[in-house]
Amino acid sequence: MKGIDRREFLKIGGMAAIAGLGGKAAFEILAPGKLEAAQQIPLTKGKHWAMVVDTTKMDDALMDVCIEACHKEHNVPNLGNPKEEIKWIWKETYEHAFPGQEHEYIGERFHGMNFLLMCNHCTNPPCVRVCPTQSTWKREDGVVMMDMHRCIGCRFCMAACPYGARSFNWGDPQRVRTDEKLMPMNPGFPRNKDYPTRSKGVVEKCNFCAERLAKGDQPACVEAAAKVRKGALVFGDLADPHSEVRKVLKENYTIRRKPELGTGPNLFFIV
Amino acid sequence: MYDGGKIITGLVIGLGLLLFPFFYNAGKAAKAPDPELTPKAQEAKVCVMDKAYMQSSHMTLLDDWRHTVVRDGERYFKAKSGTVYYKSLQVTCLDCHSNKTKFCDQCHDYMGVAPYCWDCHLEPEEKK
Repeated sequence: MKGIDRREFLKIGGMAAIAGLGGKAAFEILAPGKLEAAQQIPLTKGKHWAMVVDTTKMDDALMDVCIEACHKEHNVPNLGNPKEEIKWIWKETYEHAFPGQEHEYIGERFHGMNFLLMCNHCTNPPCVRVCPTQSTWKREDGVVMMDMHRCIGCRFCMAACPYGARSFNWGDPQRVRTDEKLMPMNPGFPRNKDYPTRSKGVVEKCNFCAERLAKGDQPACVEAAAKVRKGALVFGDLADPHSEVRKVLKENYTIRRKPELGTGPNLFFIV
Repeated sequence: MYDGGKIITGLVIGLGLLLFPFFYNAGKAAKAPDPELTPKAQEAKVCVMDKAYMQSSHMTLLDDWRHTVVRDGERYFKAKSGTVYYKSLQVTCLDCHSNKTKFCDQCHDYMGVAPYCWDCHLEPEEKK
């Protein structure tokens, strides 16, 4: 557990007593930010995952690297038909990604520029509210998870998500690998043995690489991006004031997708 | 009754054909499957729980695993022996029991159960 454990609390308390400090002031001086972290998100076990995309360091080639890493890791199929596209992580233009913030005199840099998008893992996710089987829910560490064993494919979550971050499996993804004639677009369907595929009739989405986080690794896209260019994608704990994401957010101006909807996206873009 | 003889003969033959499989197999029990262990599984000697439990209740264990992994994020299982296993059908179970046809399917076919695990979880590639 991050935050403050009993030992640390007693140490700070003891030192504060000697120095003649009291209450919040003691924590502010002796352990800046720690009390804030412990108080703000009491249910998150000290974690609140978030990602920052530095669009000044991003380009299309690097986005493709990230997309490929994710799709290989999670056996995301490419069925060849854009109407049946499965989206975990994808590219979108500025006016599509940030419709409310687009105008005709927008900076030259943004003309035809792509943004790397994925599930925002909202603080207040509408998809979770509408799911009748609770197969999508918000974990205490901020990851909006999918339970494929429970999903009945009603697609309420797809209707509720204002970011189009969820995709429906119109076909059996495993079909792709057996019949390459049927799916000529995707001869090399990724088959990562460490992660399952999905079945026909379920909704899926980015899971912030929950299976990698459990091992203490960074998400696949972040790891792949870091090999090419440092700092293009930053992933970390928002609840920890000393984390890399908090540092990056403190130093840069960032935007989020459709913040006016109040979903509280946890995906930030440095523009 | 017209053509009574023919009708009755026909009925007897028809019934005979219908019941033939029952008489043919009478007294013989269907052969109980004998699940084969891979060399790796034999070498390991112990599974995550004892053999009797795994034979009777592996489905309960797997159901419990999938629930605790996905819903509670508890990805490790501590066996009685103290060994810690990564809770995963694909990664842990099928790593040892990589002969799905001879280990899983044989029994499932015999019992007439068709678990839908394989709709999503990748089967091990077996050499034929």
